[in-house]
Amino acid sequence: MIERALKGNEKYWGWVGLLLLLIGVGFACYIYQLYTGLGITGMSRDISWGVYIAQFTYLVGVAASAVMLVIPKYLHNYKKYTNVVIFGEFLAIAAVTMCLLFIIVDIGQPARVLNVLLHPTPNSILFWDMIVLNGYLIINVIVGWNTLLADKKDVPAPGWVKPFIYLSIPWAVSIHTVTAFLYAGLPGRHMWLTAIMAPRFLASAFASGPSLLILLLLLVKSVSKFDPGKEAIQSIAKTVCYAMIINVFFLCMEFFTAFYSNIPSHMHSLQYLFAGLHGHDRLVPWMWTSAFLAVVGIFIMLVPALRKQTGYLAVGCASIFLSTWIDKGVGLVIGGFIPNPFETVTEYYPTFPEIAISIAIWAIGALILTILYKIAISVREEQVETDVI
Amino acid sequence: MYDLNKILVGLAIFLLFFTFPILYGMGSAVPVPKPKLDTPEIQKLTDKKCVEDTHFMRTSHMQFLNYWRDRAVREDHRTYESKLNGKKYDISLQNTCMKCHSNKKDFCDSCHTYASVKPYCWDCHIEPKAAKESM
Amino acid sequence: MKASRREFLKLAGVSALFGLGANAAFELLTPGALEASSEVAHGAAHGEAAAGVQAATRWAMVIDVRKCILQEDCQDCVLACNSTHNIPTVGNPKEEIKWIWKDTFEHLFPDQHSQYVDEGLEGKAFPVMCNHCDNPPCVRVCPTKATFRRPDGIVMMDMHRCIGCRFCMAACPYGARSFNWRDPRKYFEGKEAMLNPEQPTRTKGVVEKCTFCPERLAKGLEPACVEACKKRKSDCLIFGNLNDPESEVRKILRKRTSIRRKPELGTKPSVFFLV
Repeated sequence: MIERALKGNEKYWGWVGLLLLLIGVGFACYIYQLYTGLGITGMSRDISWGVYIAQFTYLVGVAASAVMLVIPKYLHNYKKYTNVVIFGEFLAIAAVTMCLLFIIVDIGQPARVLNVLLHPTPNSILFWDMIVLNGYLIINVIVGWNTLLADKKDVPAPGWVKPFIYLSIPWAVSIHTVTAFLYAGLPGRHMWLTAIMAPRFLASAFASGPSLLILLLLLVKSVSKFDPGKEAIQSIAKTVCYAMIINVFFLCMEFFTAFYSNIPSHMHSLQYLFAGLHGHDRLVPWMWTSAFLAVVGIFIMLVPALRKQTGYLAVGCASIFLSTWIDKGVGLVIGGFIPNPFETVTEYYPTFPEIAISIAIWAIGALILTILYKIAISVREEQVETDVI
Repeated sequence: MYDLNKILVGLAIFLLFFTFPILYGMGSAVPVPKPKLDTPEIQKLTDKKCVEDTHFMRTSHMQFLNYWRDRAVREDHRTYESKLNGKKYDISLQNTCMKCHSNKKDFCDSCHTYASVKPYCWDCHIEPKAAKESM
Repeated sequence: MKASRREFLKLAGVSALFGLGANAAFELLTPGALEASSEVAHGAAHGEAAAGVQAATRWAMVIDVRKCILQEDCQDCVLACNSTHNIPTVGNPKEEIKWIWKDTFEHLFPDQHSQYVDEGLEGKAFPVMCNHCDNPPCVRVCPTKATFRRPDGIVMMDMHRCIGCRFCMAACPYGARSFNWRDPRKYFEGKEAMLNPEQPTRTKGVVEKCTFCPERLAKGLEPACVEACKKRKSDCLIFGNLNDPESEVRKILRKRTSIRRKPELGTKPSVFFLV
């Protein structure tokens, strides 16, 4: 079915061309990074993980969100999602690929990356993360491709795909739980050392991924003859709404524990992020923007009159997507390192090559998504034409 | 033929890529390397033997160095008893191997360059200063 | 036998998976067996010197803070370590590499510090390095065992295996680890004479930290920092075997009050500070 991605109008190829350009620039920057070392980024001895790992952490959530469509459709036979699940699975493929790429560009000696396979270390969560991420990628490729192929041929999906579908459900939860465990088990980083890290990750994932999916589905509707369906989109929107409310609630729980107990090490990271610490406050505007966007997003998604209007829906989804991106992609990883073990503050800002490489990886994800969505759309359009759907 | 021009161009590019190593290296064939063993330190030795015999070193020095690496770094066994003569050696690339073979350019590099091998040992391990030239 | 292309691809795929998994499975189930079984190791193993009495040793460092803070402006331990191990002077504090360095009570013991710390100690710097914990979080998280705990207590670094993921840096509660953000050799350009030819440097993309000088311990010497302090007759750094009740470290720990950094985290550090 890949040949379907090779047929497109001017806008399609223009978009692909733009993505390839962004990828090219970022790739050149990556060669520069390979040659010079990770010193070309803004990371430091105190902030040893930056934009790359932050993007990886955020995108694992986006990838896990496919489960919010798979569960209703395959466990509860929610018919409204029948034609839409594929877009969630394809989004998962693009997101997991981006995760893996962000990890690779963050590694200091990438030629040695196979050491993780040659010397397996089950006590290291990174080992399990590698396993679950790659496993999830394989599962979604198998399930997505074969179900779409069956749709194209207008037959039910083959029976052997079903176990993979059922497996993808706990596996989706596991990828984000394992990623949360990367952070939640480190004794020296008090912002991360909380039992609510994994639940917070999952709540934020189920808000961010589906909100991106809604935006993509609205785009699919506008560029093709396939209409995902108002009810399907509204159901996803309700998922986003409650997941985001829970996510914000969890964040408030963190504030309570930190500030009611008044323990300095618990409070300091949150203070740095939301108020500034020892005069350093670079991230404060970011975090309050995230908070504002969260409120806006939740309000729009809660009020049915607003949620049902496409314009407001798009704004609401974009707000939630951006809000969670800032919270997880900027606040969580950077904030966890501040203050450092000596209670001093080193601030972080990404450099141009670092940003270019990150944009290139997002562009690779967008390219994979474009190709896969093009294929899925063409199958759906055929089904519309032949009145199958 | 369908899309003949595109196919021919693609084929031409493929052939160019595929044969590039041959084209690039044309005319630069070099004679078989003869690693030199005439360093001052080797000349001072009465019993001119390496840690193990020449044939073993020639075929297996890579694996042998890996074995030394793991013995010293990971197992903290830093002494090695040679099968050749029972002599005990410090397990160390810089302080044992390179003490005798201090002419890296005429010894290690001569074969490595010929075989187009770039061992990354020297990213970390400091090359010895050859007697004649300064590093 | 008539095999279709599909069958062939299925067989090839499964075989590839087996092949990839074999090495990993071997290492998980029979650690060390692969290396031992190679011809090289077999031949060499016959001629091996016996290992030392490592299992009975538990190395520890005691830092006499009161003595050290009297030596203002002394950097002998730091300089000795840096020159022995070819640690570059980076200049940019964001990318600095330090195995041992001096810092104040406020920074090293932030939970103990208050505004009523005695004047003799307040603001004065004393040495700090990797704690070589009994229960090291960095070892727990390393995905390749590039950092590992030896039976004698030293948390060791295998620079050959490190992939530079920096998970250990995130896990270390003490900020003891440094990463090579660039090629460290560049900082020695023009100063090659300063390199110690008996020790390697590191390369870009790997993590490094104090290792208690195992190459010196193997020769019966003390770590470079301890020797430098003794040379100066300051006696601020005491190194020894915790399992030997008559060692210097045990004797002094019996006499003086000692504290360790962040003991509530369960890491069980083996660096003691006499305050």
